[in-house]
Amino acid sequence: MTRKLLIADDEPNILISLEYLLKREGYQVTVARDGEEALEAVSRDCPDLLLLDVMMPKKNGFEVCQALRADERFAALKILMLTAKGRDTDVAKGQALGADAYMTKPFATRELVQKIAELLEGKA
Amino acid sequence: MLPASLVIAVSFAYLLALFAIAWWADHRAHMGRSVIGNAWVYALSMAVYCSAWTYFGSVGRAAGSGVWFLPIYLGPMLAMILAWVVVRKMIRIARAYRITSIADFIASRYGKSPSLAGLVTLITVVGIVPYMALQLKGIASAYAVMTSPLGAVTAHAGPWWTDSTLYFALALAGFTIVFGARHLDSTERHEGMVAAIAFESLVKLLAFVAVGLFVTYGLFNGLGDLFNRVRDHDGISRLLQFGQGQAFAYSQWAGLTLLAMLSVVFLPRQFQVMVVENVHESHLRRAVWVFPLYLLLINLFVLPIAVGGLLHFGAGGMNPEMFVLSLPLAQGWTMLALAAFVGGLSAATGMVIVEAIAVSTMICNDLVMPLLLRSSRYGARSATDLTGLLLGIRRLAIVGILLLGYLYYHLAGEAYALVSIGLISFAAVAQFAPALLGGMYWKGGTRRGAMAGLLAGFLCWAYTLMLPSLAKSGWLDDGFLRDGVLGVTWLRPEALLGLGALDNLTHSLFWSLLLNIGAYVGVSLWRQPTAAEASQALLFVDVERRTDATQPVFWQGRAQVPALRALAARFLGAERAARLFDAYAREQGRPSAAALVADARLVQFVETQLAGAIGSASARVMVASTVEEEALDLQDVMRILDEASQLRAYSHALEEKSQSLERATAELRQANEQLKSLDRLKDDFMSSVTHELRTPLTSIRAMAELIRDEPDMPAEQRQQFLGIVVGEAERLSRLVNQVLDMAKIEAGHAEWHTTTVDMRALLEQAAGSMAELMRERGIGLTLELPARVTALQADADRITQVVLNLLSNAAKYAPRDHGRVWLSLSERPDGVEVRVRDNGPGIPAEQRERVFEKFRQVSGDDHYRPGGTGLGLPISRQIVERYGGRLWLDPEPGGACFSFFLPFAATEAAETPT
Repeated sequence: MTRKLLIADDEPNILISLEYLLKREGYQVTVARDGEEALEAVSRDCPDLLLLDVMMPKKNGFEVCQALRADERFAALKILMLTAKGRDTDVAKGQALGADAYMTKPFATRELVQKIAELLEGKA
Repeated sequence: MLPASLVIAVSFAYLLALFAIAWWADHRAHMGRSVIGNAWVYALSMAVYCSAWTYFGSVGRAAGSGVWFLPIYLGPMLAMILAWVVVRKMIRIARAYRITSIADFIASRYGKSPSLAGLVTLITVVGIVPYMALQLKGIASAYAVMTSPLGAVTAHAGPWWTDSTLYFALALAGFTIVFGARHLDSTERHEGMVAAIAFESLVKLLAFVAVGLFVTYGLFNGLGDLFNRVRDHDGISRLLQFGQGQAFAYSQWAGLTLLAMLSVVFLPRQFQVMVVENVHESHLRRAVWVFPLYLLLINLFVLPIAVGGLLHFGAGGMNPEMFVLSLPLAQGWTMLALAAFVGGLSAATGMVIVEAIAVSTMICNDLVMPLLLRSSRYGARSATDLTGLLLGIRRLAIVGILLLGYLYYHLAGEAYALVSIGLISFAAVAQFAPALLGGMYWKGGTRRGAMAGLLAGFLCWAYTLMLPSLAKSGWLDDGFLRDGVLGVTWLRPEALLGLGALDNLTHSLFWSLLLNIGAYVGVSLWRQPTAAEASQALLFVDVERRTDATQPVFWQGRAQVPALRALAARFLGAERAARLFDAYAREQGRPSAAALVADARLVQFVETQLAGAIGSASARVMVASTVEEEALDLQDVMRILDEASQLRAYSHALEEKSQSLERATAELRQANEQLKSLDRLKDDFMSSVTHELRTPLTSIRAMAELIRDEPDMPAEQRQQFLGIVVGEAERLSRLVNQVLDMAKIEAGHAEWHTTTVDMRALLEQAAGSMAELMRERGIGLTLELPARVTALQADADRITQVVLNLLSNAAKYAPRDHGRVWLSLSERPDGVEVRVRDNGPGIPAEQRERVFEKFRQVSGDDHYRPGGTGLGLPISRQIVERYGGRLWLDPEPGGACFSFFLPFAATEAAETPT
């Protein structure tokens, strides 16, 4: 069964590259361009994993993460946070809010793919 | 005519009411809720100045000589308005050294001299007796008018023990004792009395004004009618002229005014309410206008009542001094007459009570006590509790003063008008002025000088004013008035050295004050002051320059705490002494009174407390006999003063140092806060820069890896990715450039090539370079430029950078294909204004100021993310401000509208980083 991924980021070029990369890896991919859109997409599509950027308009990644973790329906959802702010406090904050993993931009595409696979495998 | 029993009953009822008020105020004071801690009460209590003289005498004076009743009230008004600073200094001195009376004040200033205190007291007693007599005469006449048929001759005939005035004097003495000498608590303050006097002042004012209104509007048809009739009346109309047909006696007018100015402060009762009973110095500020206003109000109807009475009864028909009563009586308004009588009674009683209390305190503290303390029975070595004795002396003194007043009334009362009697007293207390005022402002005044001045002035007063008054009453042969003593005509009492041009009062005032001042200054200059005089002079004259802690203490020697405590207990009572010592110990930071050290300050504290009870001269004698003193000489005084001023200098320096430390701490704290917030800003800035750099890097790396890992990627796809890589790389280098640019401007390292700039040309050029981009996006650019504008000084490249930034922002946000951008230029009086407007989504109100923050990009509602760096506007603002201009966002609906203003005269203010 094809895994469903949701990518939430406000940078159009990053969306293009991630969408291309993950489709190539055989995932079913949808995208969201801000925090609110991300929340809508999660409840609509019920993805297996969410790639979540931190700095986004309307609702930032932390808020989205918090909202999702507060909701029983999405207990199975894996959240991988991406951030361009490499500060330790940001990493700690993301994990405290219930993110499953954390990657700093810019990342190696192979590592990202591997990380996603691990998270989904652990789930299965 | 009213029944005597009614008048007497009403009188006693009124006195009882006064007493009830005094009792209530005392009670409240004990509960700690003082009713006299109020500027209004203080100001009203000063109106004890208005006695029977004012109430009855002024009308009589006005009926005889028109406006001549006025100087007696102009003086106090002037004194309060012009010389309140003097009064304030007196209050401060009296508070600091617990002065109990005017005799105490003068004696304390000149080395706490008992002899001087005694002399001042004697002068006061002799001088004040006529004034007491005046009150008795006022009440006696008023009583007679009330209880006799209208117009009857009221001379008393019969033996003295049938004279009701005597009994009235005794009754007043009784009331005075109840008011002022009831408690064993012999402090200098009398809260109940002050409250009663304030009330009494209201009563007499209301009663007098009521009669005034009755005469003016009841008897006549208002002031106009009254004075019209006066004008038509030959005998009376002269009263309304200043000179009354003769040359105006300016010297007499001035003399009377001066006399009243002095007496409003130096009369014992005025000194008592104004200085001794003052609760808080700030109350004086209200009294300064309320008291003169009171005087104005109570004098308003004097002339109307006087001329009204003359018109009504005809000249010589009635005693003008009693018009206040006889006018209502003649009209059958008996209740009004009774009210007026109560007002007059009130005025006289108030004066008698306060005066008798003040003078009895002086007699007790300054005349009797020093003599008693020398006797072996009551002297320093005796241990008798003297509080009871103190009270007994005061009570006797009160009775004595009133009996003396009665005696004078009996001897001289019939010959003189009320006002003339009062003026004799005024002239007597005026003799205190040189010694007292000189003592407050001149350190050179000595005890001998004060003594000589007072004696000279007093003797001169007695000879030129007192003796003639007795002679004119028929108790002395008046031959010496006409021919002088032993027939030497230039010794005539009312024309000394042939000075005959003045009236007797001005004449006496002139000679007595001349001799007084001459002797005071002359003798003071003749001999050096002693140590005690010099130290007191310093304490008095410089009272406003010292605080308690740095007050020099002019005392040296040895003392024992128990002895001092026993001394205090003798005069203040054991309980109060214990309370005082405990309070003092707390103030000194000692655990209990037992832990006190008997140093100079404690000795001084005890002496000051005693001074409040028995006067400073007696207190000095008592303390001196209780402790072992070493005599101070002038050098000691100077040394102690030196130490005190050093102490003051230290404490001042310490205070300044601690203030400057506080300031420095505050500055440091502020600087630290600033640094912290700068640090936070820098941290945020770094974090933002990192984010802005990593974002394009992420795209570039991802795209590059995609291409690398998929060699057979379709060419079209590869092209798109490579295009993105190039675009993001460009964005990166733009960002790096702008961050560096920003850093340079902020650090002040940017280079500025200031030249003459023609804004019109500059804008055209900038628009030209944007034209291609605009056309590509389908956006119309409209230029609104005037034909020419005045040139200004700026860096043309930098200004172009600003314009391009604004234009590219507008192009970014304006809708594609049907976007519009307007670029306009206008000249203002002091510079030019450039405006860039678009028809894009605009900027939400809450974000308007934030757009100028670094890395703040506004995306509006759609998902379009403009490819800016978030540094364009902050940099632009810095550039404009560098030339003294402003860059702002106009709150315009429909599209964003940015404007900037550049002044012609560049101030180059914004050199420093903002």
